Amino acid sequence: MLEKHEVLEKNSILLTIGILIVVSIGGLVEIAPLFYIENTIEKVKGMRPYTPLEQFGRNVYTREGCYLCHSQMIRPLRDEVERYGHYSLAAESMYDHPFQWGSKRTGPDLARVGDKYSDEWHRAHLKNPRSVVPESVMPTYAFLSDNMLDDRLVADHLKALRIVGVPYTDEQIAAAKSDLVTQLDEFADDYDGFVARYPNAAIRDFDGDPEHATEMDALIAYLQMLGTLVDFDQYEALADENLR
Amino acid sequence: MEKSMPRKGMGLDVLTLAVVLIVLSVLGLLWSAGTQDPLLQIHTWIMTGAFVLGLIALAMKGFAGLDNDQSRYNEGIIKAGIIATMFWGIVGFLVGVIIAFQLAFPALNIEGIGWLNFGRLRPIHTSAVIFAFGGNALMVTSFYVVQRTNRARLAGGVWTWFVFWGYQLFILLAASGYIMGVTQSREYAEPEWYVDIWLTVVWVSYLLVFLGTLMKRKQAHIYVANWFYLAFIVTVAMLHIVNNLAMPVTLYGIKSYSAFSGVQDALTQWWYGHNAVGFFLTAGFLGIMYYFVPKRAERPIYSYRLSIIHFWALIFTYIWAGPHHLHYTALPEWTQTLGMVFSIVLWMPSWGGMINGLMTLSGAWDKLRTDPVMRMLVVSVAFYGMSTFEGPVMAIRSVNSLSHYTDWTIGHVHSGTLGWVGFVTFGAIYCLVPWVWKRKRLYSNDMVEWHFWIATIGIVFYITSMWVSGIMQGLMWRAYNSFGFLEYSFVETVEAMHPYYIIRATGGLLYLTGALIMAYNIWRTIRGDVRKVESVPEAEPLAAAIPAE
Repeated sequence: MLEKHEVLEKNSILLTIGILIVVSIGGLVEIAPLFYIENTIEKVKGMRPYTPLEQFGRNVYTREGCYLCHSQMIRPLRDEVERYGHYSLAAESMYDHPFQWGSKRTGPDLARVGDKYSDEWHRAHLKNPRSVVPESVMPTYAFLSDNMLDDRLVADHLKALRIVGVPYTDEQIAAAKSDLVTQLDEFADDYDGFVARYPNAAIRDFDGDPEHATEMDALIAYLQMLGTLVDFDQYEALADENLR
Repeated sequence: MEKSMPRKGMGLDVLTLAVVLIVLSVLGLLWSAGTQDPLLQIHTWIMTGAFVLGLIALAMKGFAGLDNDQSRYNEGIIKAGIIATMFWGIVGFLVGVIIAFQLAFPALNIEGIGWLNFGRLRPIHTSAVIFAFGGNALMVTSFYVVQRTNRARLAGGVWTWFVFWGYQLFILLAASGYIMGVTQSREYAEPEWYVDIWLTVVWVSYLLVFLGTLMKRKQAHIYVANWFYLAFIVTVAMLHIVNNLAMPVTLYGIKSYSAFSGVQDALTQWWYGHNAVGFFLTAGFLGIMYYFVPKRAERPIYSYRLSIIHFWALIFTYIWAGPHHLHYTALPEWTQTLGMVFSIVLWMPSWGGMINGLMTLSGAWDKLRTDPVMRMLVVSVAFYGMSTFEGPVMAIRSVNSLSHYTDWTIGHVHSGTLGWVGFVTFGAIYCLVPWVWKRKRLYSNDMVEWHFWIATIGIVFYITSMWVSGIMQGLMWRAYNSFGFLEYSFVETVEAMHPYYIIRATGGLLYLTGALIMAYNIWRTIRGDVRKVESVPEAEPLAAAIPAE
């Protein structure tokens, strides 16, 4: 058998093809089925695409490399469920391009950080983490309050996301630019339209500066909705379709 | 010896490269004119500048007649690669030390615009050490080995320089992007869509140069080191392309969204991420081991059969191991189990490689005493064995429930990278410098000793402090008090890490110090100096003059 190996050793193209075949198998068997096995993602109530403001906040989150120290994936282990809340479901990251499950917890998990702290706490914490958590080793992010949101391409962001599979409607895309700021103003004209497009979205000024739409607004809006969408009163973890 | 004759006229390689560079320069200008994104603007300037510089260099050298003498090896590119490897290594280690101290002393995150925050510097560290230091080491050694073992000059003529400089441009774009916040936020695949496309072009050229050289070989058999290099190049191409599929928001902006989401995205990313370890940091560096260990020991590879078996077993099995990064997550359990099983199986082919490397020293073990470079190479293989045992253990679900999300993972990675990848690279460079610069010996063997011991102590500091802090933090997270409540708040576990973060950073500082000593030693060797008073004698008759197998 090993003598036959000579054939490959004497032909660089055959060797290359052999390598390609051998290294393809594992990925095909493990990854490809995830796209068509139906119960890979649970059916849950409450998941919706991100609002433009939340998505922009998410982009700040990825840009600053938050995922390098914070996970967004609560494991079904007793201590994690007690510390952070219900374990994370696959459905909860179905609109996440890219996923932000993370690999390291230098800081705590953020999968359900939404509504746990006040906006004011988040502002103080992001501006100087040690002002509210003296032992923290997190960098400061005060500059986010000075960075205005760039609203020129909001609709294009949503369109790109729709191409990769997020079900944004034409209406959501058409209203994208105004929705970005509508979410910051409880008295906005289009309040009702916005709520209809994005059920359960929080509408308020997040950064304490109602005059400006800043990256601080966007990031806090994102943090405050993390893990709040799925209604766990109606979720049956032990139902057949949810056992994977 | 005859001087090589400069080539007359313009070869096809020069012509095609000139056309490509002209087209790229024009595209770069148009792109730069069209964009309103200030960050992309900076990148289009860098790219256009690089293309124009390339064109100027090509014109100056091309008209003078580029050396492409087929009876000689291309050694200019080896020299450039060695310098690039050393340079990026020191940059990568330095950034590593900085971010290690940032974790111990958060005030080191400079306030202001956030460009030097941990979150932006950390990808610079990982990319600089893996892709800049490791990538240049792999490129330069593969170019050296493929020429010697096939007795053929590198194929592609001037395109080999396109691969080299194109890769440096990729590194520059990636690193400057991270500082500015241009990132896909995929670990070890952070560069944005256009940088990914550029790397694809460079990488395919690399594959063609390598394959082309194999095809014009004057040996019947392809030597085993080349199988590993080839597997590394081919597989990294596959991983890179699939994992980076993304939709740009606009062609005139930096931002893109990944093609996949959630579960599928997570597994695609860790299929990539784990095999960046498996193929970039393992298969490629095994190629280095398979050439430099036998060469330095002047012994044949221990077992030819073992190399066949462990090569195919290793590349087949590695690909399956990705899901062990996602234990207990929302990834379906069947996938997690498959990943765990194959990770444990992987122990065997990994140790097959280690045994083949170590046993090559049969009959030459005395060199460990007399030749510090040999010792560096052997210790690297020992570290390889250690971390490929630790890895399968950590891939067991119940162990992983403790180790995941903690510093234990960081310690594990560094025993592999500092110990295996770093040391085998240092060993190879210590071999290569006297060989390609035609020096009788290194400037100083004593300094290699110093480098070896300082770096080894640094590694011990690093991995032991991370074991302790990782396991401690994992245990603290799951600790309950007598009333059945969680014993510690999260931030108490952060506070407990502080002393270990200082020890870790000190370990990194030692490792960096070793690399600086090495850089000095190599610089003096290149200059042709020999240190006068040496306690370690030059025991080794240098292998430079001995032809390849």
